[in-house]
Amino acid sequence: MIVADRKPIQEILEMVKDCKKVLIVGCKGCVTVCNVGGSKEVGVLAATLKIAFKKEEISIEMDEKTLERQCDPEYVDQLKDMVDDYDGIISMACGVGPQFLSAAYPEQRFFPAVNTTFFGGAVGHGIWEERCAGCGTCVIHYFDGMCPIARCSKSLLNGPCGGSADGKCEISKDLECIWDMIVRKKMEHGRIDDLLEMKPAKDWQTARDGGPRKSVREELANE
Amino acid sequence: MSDMKAGSNLEKVLKAGHFAFTGECGPPKGANVEHLKEKVAHLKGMVDSVNVTDNQTAVVRMSSWAASAIMVQEGVEPNFQMVCRDRNRLAMMSDILGVYAMGIRNMLCLSGDHQRFGNHPQAKNVYDIDSIQLIAMVKMMRDEGQFMNGEEIDESPRLFIGAASNPFADPFEYRVHRLAKKIAAGADFIQTQCIYNMDKFRDFMKMAVDMGLHEKCYILAGVTPMKSVGMARYMAKSVPGMDVPESLIKRLKDAGKGKVAEEGIKFALEQIEEFKEMEGVAGVHLMAIEWEHRVPEIAERAGVLPRPEV
Amino acid sequence: MRLSYPTNITIIQVPCTGRVDIIHLLNAIEDGADGVYVAGCLEGECHYMTGNLKAKKRVRYVKKVLEELGIEPERVEMFNLSAGEGPRFAEIAREMDKRIRELGPSPINNLKKAV
Repeated sequence: MIVADRKPIQEILEMVKDCKKVLIVGCKGCVTVCNVGGSKEVGVLAATLKIAFKKEEISIEMDEKTLERQCDPEYVDQLKDMVDDYDGIISMACGVGPQFLSAAYPEQRFFPAVNTTFFGGAVGHGIWEERCAGCGTCVIHYFDGMCPIARCSKSLLNGPCGGSADGKCEISKDLECIWDMIVRKKMEHGRIDDLLEMKPAKDWQTARDGGPRKSVREELANE
Repeated sequence: MSDMKAGSNLEKVLKAGHFAFTGECGPPKGANVEHLKEKVAHLKGMVDSVNVTDNQTAVVRMSSWAASAIMVQEGVEPNFQMVCRDRNRLAMMSDILGVYAMGIRNMLCLSGDHQRFGNHPQAKNVYDIDSIQLIAMVKMMRDEGQFMNGEEIDESPRLFIGAASNPFADPFEYRVHRLAKKIAAGADFIQTQCIYNMDKFRDFMKMAVDMGLHEKCYILAGVTPMKSVGMARYMAKSVPGMDVPESLIKRLKDAGKGKVAEEGIKFALEQIEEFKEMEGVAGVHLMAIEWEHRVPEIAERAGVLPRPEV
Repeated sequence: MRLSYPTNITIIQVPCTGRVDIIHLLNAIEDGADGVYVAGCLEGECHYMTGNLKAKKRVRYVKKVLEELGIEPERVEMFNLSAGEGPRFAEIAREMDKRIRELGPSPINNLKKAV
């Protein structure tokens, strides 16, 4: 899923400081799963903002709404009867949400309440880790189920570098060296020969380096 | 001369079978050319080639190619270092052509320390290609006369290709295989990380020799004399992939006040003596960090002077 | 036991403090409470295993939110005591009442009613 973190409250307050009536829109997709932008978090943000405004003796109206998804025009459409009632709208979806909302309702202003961080999963309750860099050409099968593009600090295809120590990455003792894990798994399963040939340089054209990406599936697209 | 890959002094020294002795010099944190020339002057005639670091520890300094070019002017042979952190393949290839045009003949290919350590942790890192792919790229440019995309180069850069090896990083069992990978990719010579744990290095070299790697490539053992107990402790604790045995720290401590640096040099000299005899070791790479002025003395006492004229 | 505790405290009963969510604490502050505290079972003695530990984390979160907003985090607190400790319950109530009186009214209660 896409993982995000709530922005600091002061940053959100700064965005909506001139608004008298605000709508907070959550998303039932990834941000609900990572507990940052679902209906529950929409409620917490609304209450927090109300406390902040009350403290400054400013009256503000705040409404809450959570869409099935914000990355789909079909669901974005559900705001159409209410969108003009507000001075500003806060989106708690990933970075896709405020953009789809802005495109659908060009007259309205949309503010992001979360910082979208990575594609990952929950490794424990309340802990998420990055797993995929969305490079457009998956290489996980070469590395026994571990992606060095996303998980090595230097995205090395021929690691581990000289900074790998005690299974940890040189940038932090809290970070596993994924190359240490790859090498150990290969050795354990008698497949170390897989790593003896140099992996050639990656073609980054399918990654973000090739420009913003688009995926068209003929069998689904109408037109 | 025709069988030379680049014809650098370092290549000639190694090829002639001499025990190589290389040094290192960090470019200034500014445009102070005089200071650089001063540091270089200490190394002249003392070493076969001087490594010029490329924004080492991710701290911005004068570009390694420019400092290398100044060194050429000063009559000292540089070993131009390039890391994969700051340049994509376009910038790398153009700099490779550039350094060759400036008379530089040795190049060391490195991954580079992550920018998290440096003075601009906000920077975007590049890592378009990794150090092993960089070695292969330089070799392709030199031997095939082609850019990475297969397009022809009108005049190929003839560089003596170096790579680093850290026998003390983990997983230890795999380190020699990674060294082999670098050699297969095209490394002509290897300079190792600073060695302090001699037992572990002996094991590493034995594996390398058993695999015949020393016959395919010149391996130079890395030596950095310890200046103080604090430096030893710092390296032991805070430098990832550095192995400083407790016994060495104790030895330095026991030397007593005012005598630690001398003890550090003594240890380095003992190491150099052993490397001269160690199978598979073709030379020593002396990284006297901000201690360039002590290099003549160390070289003298190590018995590696005068440097061979080849 | 007829133990007295300050009358300005409104008690909201829940089956387990694990049921107390962040939003409940925030709503109390938003609606004008000068302070709010959670009285849970002793740690390690939750009938539902970890209810009181969850409540503890949520209280910590709300403290952080208040701090970010420039409101004294001491207005929110978590206490742990066993069901049999009536005197301790009254003591905590008095302790919290004293603390809030020292802090004074919540800064959000200054809002002039919009005309």
